[in-house]
Amino acid sequence: MVKSTPPFGFTIDRDDEKCIRCQACVRMCSNDVHAYDAEKDVIVSDSTKCVGCHFCEAICPTSSLTVERTQSQYRENFNWTAEVINDIKSQAGSGGVILTGMGCDKPYTNYWDRIVLNASQVTNPSIDPLREPMELRTFIGRKPDRVEIDSSGEPKLATEISPQLELETPIMFSAMSYGSISYNASLALARAASDFGTFWNTGEGGLHKDFYKYGPRTIVQVASGRFGVTREYLNTGAAIEIKVGQGAKPGIGGHLPGEKVTESISETRMIPIGTDALSPAPHHDIYSIEDLRQLIYALKEATRYKKPVGVKIAAVHNVAPISSGIVRAGADFIVIDGVRGGTGAAPKVIRDNVGIPIEIAAAVVDSRLREEGIRNQASLIVAGGFRRSSDVVKAIALGADAVYIATSALVAMGCTICQKCYTGKCNWGIATQDPYLTKRLNPEIATRRLKNLLRAWSLEIKEMMGGMGINAIESLRGNREQLRGVGLSEVELEMLGIKHVGEAW
Amino acid sequence: MEVDRGGCSLFGVMDESGKRFSGAQATSAIAKMQDRENGLGGGFAGYGIYPRFKNCYAFHLLYDNEKAEESTERCLEENYSIEKAEPIPTRKKTTIENPPLLWRYFLTVKETKANSEPGQEDFVVSTVMKINGEIDGAFVISSGKNMGIFKGVGFAGEIGKFFRLEEYKGYAWTAHGRFPTNTVGWWGGAHPFGLLDWSVVHNGEISSYGTNKRYLENFGYRCALFTDTEVITYLFDLLARKYGFGFDVIGRILAAPFWDEIERLPESQREICKALRLAYGSALVNGPFATIVGHTGGIVGINDRIKLRPLVAARKGSMLYMSSEESGIREVCQSPDKVWMPEAGEPVVGRLEGAHG
Repeated sequence: MVKSTPPFGFTIDRDDEKCIRCQACVRMCSNDVHAYDAEKDVIVSDSTKCVGCHFCEAICPTSSLTVERTQSQYRENFNWTAEVINDIKSQAGSGGVILTGMGCDKPYTNYWDRIVLNASQVTNPSIDPLREPMELRTFIGRKPDRVEIDSSGEPKLATEISPQLELETPIMFSAMSYGSISYNASLALARAASDFGTFWNTGEGGLHKDFYKYGPRTIVQVASGRFGVTREYLNTGAAIEIKVGQGAKPGIGGHLPGEKVTESISETRMIPIGTDALSPAPHHDIYSIEDLRQLIYALKEATRYKKPVGVKIAAVHNVAPISSGIVRAGADFIVIDGVRGGTGAAPKVIRDNVGIPIEIAAAVVDSRLREEGIRNQASLIVAGGFRRSSDVVKAIALGADAVYIATSALVAMGCTICQKCYTGKCNWGIATQDPYLTKRLNPEIATRRLKNLLRAWSLEIKEMMGGMGINAIESLRGNREQLRGVGLSEVELEMLGIKHVGEAW
Repeated sequence: MEVDRGGCSLFGVMDESGKRFSGAQATSAIAKMQDRENGLGGGFAGYGIYPRFKNCYAFHLLYDNEKAEESTERCLEENYSIEKAEPIPTRKKTTIENPPLLWRYFLTVKETKANSEPGQEDFVVSTVMKINGEIDGAFVISSGKNMGIFKGVGFAGEIGKFFRLEEYKGYAWTAHGRFPTNTVGWWGGAHPFGLLDWSVVHNGEISSYGTNKRYLENFGYRCALFTDTEVITYLFDLLARKYGFGFDVIGRILAAPFWDEIERLPESQREICKALRLAYGSALVNGPFATIVGHTGGIVGINDRIKLRPLVAARKGSMLYMSSEESGIREVCQSPDKVWMPEAGEPVVGRLEGAHG
């Protein structure tokens, strides 16, 4: 007898002495893990349904619940791990592609953890950011080759500067569509970005009418499904991002299950209620770099050349030459999303096996654009699994202009990365459209927490820059001398363009 | 690898009227600040010192051995007409030990190599890069017209005596006493660093080195020495010679004003400053520094944007002085008309009368 549900998962440990039978866990769990047996006055938990999101643990008023990894184990096997066995059993039952959520969780080398930063000692002073100015202001957009100043009378700028996004910190919220995440989650991102002076991104789901007022802090996305793309939408955003690919699922399109397409999402996306929103793998009008150029300029025409137009791609083997082509096609910024980039839903096999780490991609793209003398023509935004402020600092030192975060933003709102976003049952009220669940996410609190995260990381970035004796972010950008690799091979060091620890300047 | 780090003293003096005076002033002023150096390097740049050969590129060369000399001379003969070649005169009785072979050449570019002025300058730059990068044991320390750099290992005052600077007359002089913290004494590594008529004396350590270096590589500058002076020299060459910016603009690029200062400026200036930071952010020199840059048209002193290294300036009639410490100025000018501390990032510009820039 083969069980349809694999036995591995989580165990709910309930301290019965602490439990007051309030049944909050019973009412709240969207996966129906907990049930109250009135006759015996006990709450029983069916661990097989548990996804490990820890929501019940968080809301239990007496802290009687602990969610643990289950103890049941197969015989140890390096190749035939529990994950492999369970995936096969699951597919033998369903005959389908295994879906998952969030970014790749496989232990490919995380180069951020193999790079260390520099600090000043003696010969140059470190700078205390609490006492001295420390500038993080960042501009996204095409930079001029040369600045001409007309000095015939009072000096005047004679060079026209292309449209720029102005950020108070080099961190933006990456694309997450309304549909993949809830109204309240989108609202919190929009408000936090506006209040802090950075940007959020609509993803491919259009822009809800209520959010138009956040337009000046919104990057609107144009993806292959063209959901919700109108002239008004394009002109409401501060910048436009053409989404060609995404780190979690390079080479394939998006999938929003019909269950998540509520009335409000249907209106925003301009599709019928309850229909699956499938965005095609390629843009059906982009089969070459020339076609991409046409779309870039069509969007620039539609917005009267007043907004930066960028292109987002997944980090793949050929990322450097592709990026060069995109810049030459007229993009004002380019977004590279690495293998650890998140998603609301993707085939597990794609998420875990396609694409390259953002660290290497960022380094090779920056180097390539410099070699071709076109680095100033487009800003470089990198994305895909940025977990902490030091990751951001290292990315900028490798050559990025700014970083997109999404998973970290969700975690700030409550997410515990249980990877079940695609089920639409997110207990935290983030990756769901069920009104019973979405109302749990208080947008005021979520906004505050997102702003706190931006503030905390910005303070830490200033501390790290101050330590290096740098007081403007532009002196960190591309400053690979501030980085050293730990335990990396020569090839890896060469790809990253950094020296090994122990080497002086 | 060579690293340029540490304390150091700077001095610069010029007569804006163009009257020439001996190198003795700079020698005694820099010697006064000997506490700031440790005997591992000192040097001088003098402008207007070779009036007889003022249309020739004056190359000062350091050779470790005769083989390097032969290879270099072959390279020069191929590309230049050598108007004169001679050893640089030195004084034997000083504390200076083991000097390399010191030669100078007055050169004109062969017409077949380049015939326009900018073309010749680029050609000279490429020759300097070639000799310094490819000929083992040879190093060009100076390559401008009617100017020369004299430097070596030793206390700066002694270096001045060694090169008999009191016998030269120039309208502008800069000087440097060095306190490197983690480098071997090397004659070529002393300051000033020079390229064409640019000379740079520098006190500081720039934390933006990696960014600046990669920026300069875009324009064909090879930063071979891993020193801050080299980077600053190339930035001046790029921004002043190639882009034609004035020193006020260069000041706003190398030591850019903070955004909150920029926001308080009148609109037209605000736009200029913002555009400069957007376009030339990678040329921002970040970290503590005080620098005096010399060129045919005069001398320019500048500090980093938060003034982490000392620089004081003074005027007396047509004379302009800049120094790490006021003591250096008072040593050679007891009662200046005016002494002041330049603001962070604000260039002090000495202009030769009749010269532009």
